[in-house]
Amino acid sequence: MTAAYTRPGTRLLPDPTPESEPFWTGGANGELLVHRCRACTRWFHPPAPVCFRCRSLDVGPEPASGRGRVAAFTINRQPWIPAYPPPYVVAMIELADEPDVRLVSNVVDVAPEDVHVGLTVDVFFERWDDVWIPLFRPVGGVR
Amino acid sequence: MRRVAIAGAGMTPFAEHFGLGIKELVPMAVSEMAAHVDKGLDRADIEAAWFGELTTTDGFPSGILADTCGLLDIPVTRVENACATGNDAVRNATYAVGSGVVDVALVVGADKVRESSARGTFWEWAGLTRDMAWDYPLGLVAPANFALHVARYLHESPATREHLAMVAVKNHKHAVPNTKAQLRYEITLQQALDAPIVVAPFGLYDCTPQSDGAAALLLVAEDVVDRYTDRPVWVRGVGLGLDRVMHQHKKDMTTFPPTVKASRAAYSMAGLGPEDIDVAEVHDCFTGVELISYEDLGFVEKFEAYTLIENGTTAVGGSKPVNPSGGLKAKGHPPGATGVAQCVELFEQLRGQAANQVDGARNALAHNIGGPTAVSAVTVLSSEKG
Ligand SMILES: [Zn+2]
Repeated sequence: MTAAYTRPGTRLLPDPTPESEPFWTGGANGELLVHRCRACTRWFHPPAPVCFRCRSLDVGPEPASGRGRVAAFTINRQPWIPAYPPPYVVAMIELADEPDVRLVSNVVDVAPEDVHVGLTVDVFFERWDDVWIPLFRPVGGVR
Repeated sequence: MRRVAIAGAGMTPFAEHFGLGIKELVPMAVSEMAAHVDKGLDRADIEAAWFGELTTTDGFPSGILADTCGLLDIPVTRVENACATGNDAVRNATYAVGSGVVDVALVVGADKVRESSARGTFWEWAGLTRDMAWDYPLGLVAPANFALHVARYLHESPATREHLAMVAVKNHKHAVPNTKAQLRYEITLQQALDAPIVVAPFGLYDCTPQSDGAAALLLVAEDVVDRYTDRPVWVRGVGLGLDRVMHQHKKDMTTFPPTVKASRAAYSMAGLGPEDIDVAEVHDCFTGVELISYEDLGFVEKFEAYTLIENGTTAVGGSKPVNPSGGLKAKGHPPGATGVAQCVELFEQLRGQAANQVDGARNALAHNIGGPTAVSAVTVLSSEKG
């Protein structure tokens, strides 16, 4: 099987809200925008108007490094999603900026059997209409 | 609080009931429960009802229960708490009877998962419990959600896919004598391991089937229990625990904190501990969840769950049998009915009348987790009033 990622025929798209719009559109500028609390400096996700740790209202999106590690993953082998042919990897990515923040995403550009817990990955963005889906691939490109 | 007893229990078979709706399944379960009350039940004695149903396929749930069971003159409350619905309905009724407001309460659970097409189920149902906005666009359907937890668990603990398969083999075997079970056939370890992968590490036999069914319990106060039976089963403890709905800030993916919290509350109320439990019905929606739950319920130390399945401890005949009914895995899983049906099984176990009887069982535990891992309900039952 070739490891190189092919854009699927369709994706289920999120419907951005005022809170989530930066996350889903930051990719337009190549930025992974994750909410951060300016009072306690900790990142959190999903975005919310209040920091769940210190209750500060002084929160907003900031560009994260886009680097992360695979915390857990599963290889989906059934056609749950129309036009997104299996197998594909659904993973929890813990961000280098704040390992406590874990994003659900797909790890691509790598054979599913070569994905492992701890694999270092970088974000990239796939544009669908007016949203940019953050996806991840191994550091250094296609494997 | 007054002591609360279960005086009757009944359920429909769990199956693909294409010909039966909630309107049929609910009165069937209630009638079987009533028929199993040793000294008989006059329905006019029932003072209140709690109805656990996750999603409604026949319309307004409380009204359907009142209408189809001839209970138009009592308050009926629907309980919905994801897959913890059943044991949470038990918990609500227990508080009402325990408080002294109600002497006789009905608990019913029901759901019809097969109302949806097999392909559509996870989209139609999982939306109730998952975050459509964040998780679905990237393929985190319900089985994948549990798969992420179990994948990380297998990474950190000595357990392997073989141990998951052993859970499936055990629960299939347990279901064979249970006439209410959906999958009454044995499988081999090799069959489980060779089955098509759904979402790694889960193969076909690691997953619960899609089920329809209903279950019912009669809860009565200690003051009136003698009118109904001389062999009650006591509701000794109930507990409910929660956690974050999404994964994003779960520090440890190898444990389900709601189960820890719910079981701690139920044990504390019961004055019993995990070492006192003789038989348990545990939420094995996926095999790996049963293993993780052994640890969260305190049956074994962290990352040692594999030893219990390997050495037969949790099989009937072992020292702590888990899911003698076949569990969700083989008995079936209509979510609202699941927890209530666990208590139906344990009522029979504690009275020595179960299809797959655990010898000498005195204390029992029922456990649900859902939402998909954000809420847990635990009920501790005993043949002793305590
Ligand atoms: Zn803060």
